[in-house]
Amino acid sequence: MTPDLLEEGAKRLEKVRQAATEGKTESGGRAAGFSRVAQAGEVDVTHGRILYLEEVSVSFDGFKAINKLSLDIAPGELRCIIGPNGAGKTTMMDIITGKTRPDAGTVFFGSTIDLLRYTEPEIAQLGIGRKFQKPTVFEQLTVFENLELALKTDKGVKPSMFFKLDSSQGDRLGEVLHTIHLADSVGRLAGNLSHGQKQWLEIGMLLMQDPKLLLLDEPVAGMTDEETARTAELFLTLKGKHSLLVVEHDMSFIDTISDIVTVLCDGSVLAQGTLDQVQADERVIEVYLGR
Amino acid sequence: MNTSALTSMTTVAPVALPAKNPMLTRTGWAAFIIALIVVCAVAPVLNLWVPEGSMFHMSTYAVALLGKIMCYAICALAMDLIWGYTGILSLGHGLFFALGGYAMGMYLMRQIGTDGNYKSNLPDFMVFLDWKTLPWHWTFSDSFMATMMLIVLVPGVVAFVFGYFAFRSRIKGVYFSIITQAMTFAAMLLFFRNETGFGGNNGFTDFKRILDIPIATPPMRMVLFVLTGLTLLGFFLFARWLISSKFGRVLQAIRDAETRVMFSGYNPIGFKLTIWTISAIMCGVAGALYVPQVGIINPGEMSPANSIEIAIWAAVGGRATLVGPIVGAFVVNGAKSWLTVAYPEFWLYVLGALFIAVTLFLPQGIVGLVKKWKGSRHDA
Repeated sequence: MTPDLLEEGAKRLEKVRQAATEGKTESGGRAAGFSRVAQAGEVDVTHGRILYLEEVSVSFDGFKAINKLSLDIAPGELRCIIGPNGAGKTTMMDIITGKTRPDAGTVFFGSTIDLLRYTEPEIAQLGIGRKFQKPTVFEQLTVFENLELALKTDKGVKPSMFFKLDSSQGDRLGEVLHTIHLADSVGRLAGNLSHGQKQWLEIGMLLMQDPKLLLLDEPVAGMTDEETARTAELFLTLKGKHSLLVVEHDMSFIDTISDIVTVLCDGSVLAQGTLDQVQADERVIEVYLGR
Repeated sequence: MNTSALTSMTTVAPVALPAKNPMLTRTGWAAFIIALIVVCAVAPVLNLWVPEGSMFHMSTYAVALLGKIMCYAICALAMDLIWGYTGILSLGHGLFFALGGYAMGMYLMRQIGTDGNYKSNLPDFMVFLDWKTLPWHWTFSDSFMATMMLIVLVPGVVAFVFGYFAFRSRIKGVYFSIITQAMTFAAMLLFFRNETGFGGNNGFTDFKRILDIPIATPPMRMVLFVLTGLTLLGFFLFARWLISSKFGRVLQAIRDAETRVMFSGYNPIGFKLTIWTISAIMCGVAGALYVPQVGIINPGEMSPANSIEIAIWAAVGGRATLVGPIVGAFVVNGAKSWLTVAYPEFWLYVLGALFIAVTLFLPQGIVGLVKKWKGSRHDA
């Protein structure tokens, strides 16, 4: 490589950094999407999409759980997914997080990261957090320890042995504790929390990871009305800074938080639009709401 | 940027975060120091300086027995790290114990020199098999330093390779236990064969010297006893340190919800492999300390029953407590050495009954029982 090419490259890199600091994330401050310098570990959302699924299919013993599913999410969007049981909602999350490998199709995080090439822990470190349908926390550890484990930091073996919580991390932990209303339970074992509190703790663990995209599988199941309202409030604050993909059955909850609702059925998208629009859709009524 | 969003949402009053758990509590340190004094000062004085007739005299038999049990306690401690904390039940830890023991045994065989029955430079069993030279794997057996390294390396490398493939293939639970059992059984059959070069079913025995010093004298026995005690205490501190670090909490997290660990960004394979290898090395060192004290090593040490016994010690004492398995090793082996003399035919029944009773009535083991008793006393 000739020196002037190197120089050219350095200039471009500088330009990209500048654009990023000015907060021009959607288009990177450029008119067109070419001659872009990709940076390692950076999620490229210059094309206006943080997650693309295209023609994804997966079958288990001949049963097509996901059938040519295409879906995309914009940065900062809060997308709700509904659908009858067995529509493939959880399987879709399994595919995005690397738990299940699809038989066909592509899954991209931003424009540059092919998620099918990464393992579950790597995908988590890239910035995709996931909450399970059944609240999954470390029951034998305290609330504090649960959050500390989730904290975004070097998660190798040796760094874990010598890990010490610094004061800014401690502050962050304190904030999350407030957000999830568990500040009074720092020292309690997670196994002794109520169902709703476990849900909150798991959401708190996601926040500690500081993910760019959050996948939430039935986040308000088993919560009281008050807890549900607080969760809605929290999700609305997260929207804009994070992208959220929420699978829920609770229609009033969806009504509170959603812009666009996607209806899944038999492993592919049946309808998409505002909640009112999809609720008025004949096909949706037939397969799901009407029953 | 998320931080500021959260801050603006709630007016944050500082949360009192819990203080770091210390490695040992004050009473813990006190008990540790007492154990250290007993091992390094009290036992040697009672054994070597208090005259034999005195009621305070510690017999050579007691030294040998306690030394042996301390080796077992190291195994139980190692088992607790992998089973109690990480939830991986190994039924093959006897193999690592035996590998460390064999590495030490080879050195001790070479130390016999020409004092064997056949007055040859080669170990007796090789003369008996009509071998003329040492096999290749005995190359370093005359060096004490090399032996010390092999004691760590052989169990470590075997465990690492085995663990790498097992954990990478995501073999878990009872399947993992079964293949570890198969592993030690296969190794036992291999070591039984004369042509493997480990003395066949007789193994190694008749040791005479270690570092050119006679091995069966009371002072030498005491040295080995103190070394074993120090190793046990050292490993205990090391285990405490591991467990009280975030690494230790990741292990417990793997035990309780491995998928959550993965989705939190940790790769469990590295963590499992690390603790599995550490655990195997501990057992290897225990085996190396055991062999000069009992004076024999043979493939019987690799029998599946031996590995299962290690798990029983840990379960009886109380899993995931570190102290528990050490207590368990002392209680079970103390009972064993008394019963096998008093009622030899009953020992296996007692062992079986003990295991069932602990599983049914004492899932937290002896330590759990003590904790419960203390707790109820506080409530009253």
